[in-house]
Amino acid sequence: MSGGARALRIAAWVLVGSAAVVTCAAELPIPRSALKQGSEFAGAEVRAMQADEFSNPGMLWVTRGERLWAEPAGRDGKSCASCHRDAAASMKDVATRYPQVDKAAGQLVNIAGRVNLCRERHQHAQAFPLESEPLLALTAYVTYQSRGLPMNVKIDGEAATHFERARERYYRRMGQMNLSCAQCHERNWGRTLFNETVSQGHGTGWPGYRLEWQNFGSLQRRLRACYSGLRAEMPEYDSRELVELELFLAWRETGLPIEAPGVRR
Amino acid sequence: MNKPNRSRRRFIAGAAAGAVIAQSRLARAQLAIQPLGPLIEKLTNGARVNEGRVSVDIPRLADNGHSVPLKVSVASPMNEREFVKTIHVLSERNPRPLVAAFHFNPHCGRAEVVTRVRLNGSQRVHVIAGLSDGSYWSGSAEVEVTETACLDAT
Amino acid sequence: MALARIQVPKEAKRGELVTVRVAIQHPMETGFRYDNMGRPIPKNVINTVVCRYNGEEVFRAEMGSGISANPYLQFYVVAADSGELAFDWIDDAGERGSERVALTVVA
Repeated sequence: MSGGARALRIAAWVLVGSAAVVTCAAELPIPRSALKQGSEFAGAEVRAMQADEFSNPGMLWVTRGERLWAEPAGRDGKSCASCHRDAAASMKDVATRYPQVDKAAGQLVNIAGRVNLCRERHQHAQAFPLESEPLLALTAYVTYQSRGLPMNVKIDGEAATHFERARERYYRRMGQMNLSCAQCHERNWGRTLFNETVSQGHGTGWPGYRLEWQNFGSLQRRLRACYSGLRAEMPEYDSRELVELELFLAWRETGLPIEAPGVRR
Repeated sequence: MNKPNRSRRRFIAGAAAGAVIAQSRLARAQLAIQPLGPLIEKLTNGARVNEGRVSVDIPRLADNGHSVPLKVSVASPMNEREFVKTIHVLSERNPRPLVAAFHFNPHCGRAEVVTRVRLNGSQRVHVIAGLSDGSYWSGSAEVEVTETACLDAT
Repeated sequence: MALARIQVPKEAKRGELVTVRVAIQHPMETGFRYDNMGRPIPKNVINTVVCRYNGEEVFRAEMGSGISANPYLQFYVVAADSGELAFDWIDDAGERGSERVALTVVA
């Protein structure tokens, strides 16, 4: 074979190979047209509770977040509003792009992580403890500004390694039950488990109010509950595994509008 | 495309049932149905309770026993001459049978209250309404309450 | 103080039935739960919520642990004079809370 023909052949294979990689990464496990919100799998009363903004208990946390937004903090008494002004404008569509890699920290962060990074870096204040009231409130308030907007996270570039690791985690069995996330949420969504209908496992309703907790909580808390349901060891809050899983979920729900604060059973 | 595997489905159902049974043992004790007679007698001072006029709106199957929406309304003109004074909500299975007492007066215009209650298992929720003329009326509704499918240890 | 949200219509006609809704953030601790160390968590619920319309009591709720966490109440009030709906509540630990909202009544 001549050198030119050989080079052409290699180039052709490279093209096919990279096309295959791109296709694999870009193909959603549940096609965009078939994506369903978590609320679609909830009972009528829970759906009604979420839909009515006053009746939605999560709005208590959004309201608290709104107040915290304007509260001075840290070394120079700056509030979130000092830099970000009106959240409805500055935070609009922010939640559709998280989790993402924070360049300075070199880490994958979710909204709560971003809030804490801001607190430390720009407000020179102490980070809020994970899953604490103020952190949940601010996360709720920021996420709320993207209500109705479709999820659209990046999984390439710096996010690629995190995404691949999370994908492997999603499809790997775990716990005493020896089940993977995919076995329920990809292969068996829509079927009933006891008297509950298995959802597609999206994070668009989070942070949200869970009736079982009688409290408001983050997506990470809900994911930990999944681990506990499988009798698997729950990863720590903000562990790499959980933030990466949030990224994978965010990608899986590309195109699905945010409906946080959600209400779930 | 993957076809759902029947034996795997059965396994998941069985595994979930195992999780549910284990959780029931950990969960708060499901009390037996208790008679509300003595409590009702105390609330009405022994007066006779008539059935009717009280409408209890509650889902037939609760999504979660921790928070069940409840609407109680009593047919009454709610004027100075005739109005509802109190509405008592009673549970025949909760550890504390008296769930709440709501007090009204003619300024309300309508004897109706909506709230969310905790129900410790499937049961009948009873409501006793006390009117301004000293009469008492009752209504009730049955609710099914199940345990959650997966253990949540968070 | 516990955070509360109150909802009333922007304005009402005199004599009209006004829907009043209130949501208060409170765990309504039943007293039947245990913490991670196995110690019982003491009961603490909002036991009384009073609503006054221009100073006069219009609605009162006496609640027990059978009311869900973050209690939600909806009731009615006949629109009379413009003024204020005042909510006051107290829990078993003696912690008080209050919230007010203006009610505009037109002829």
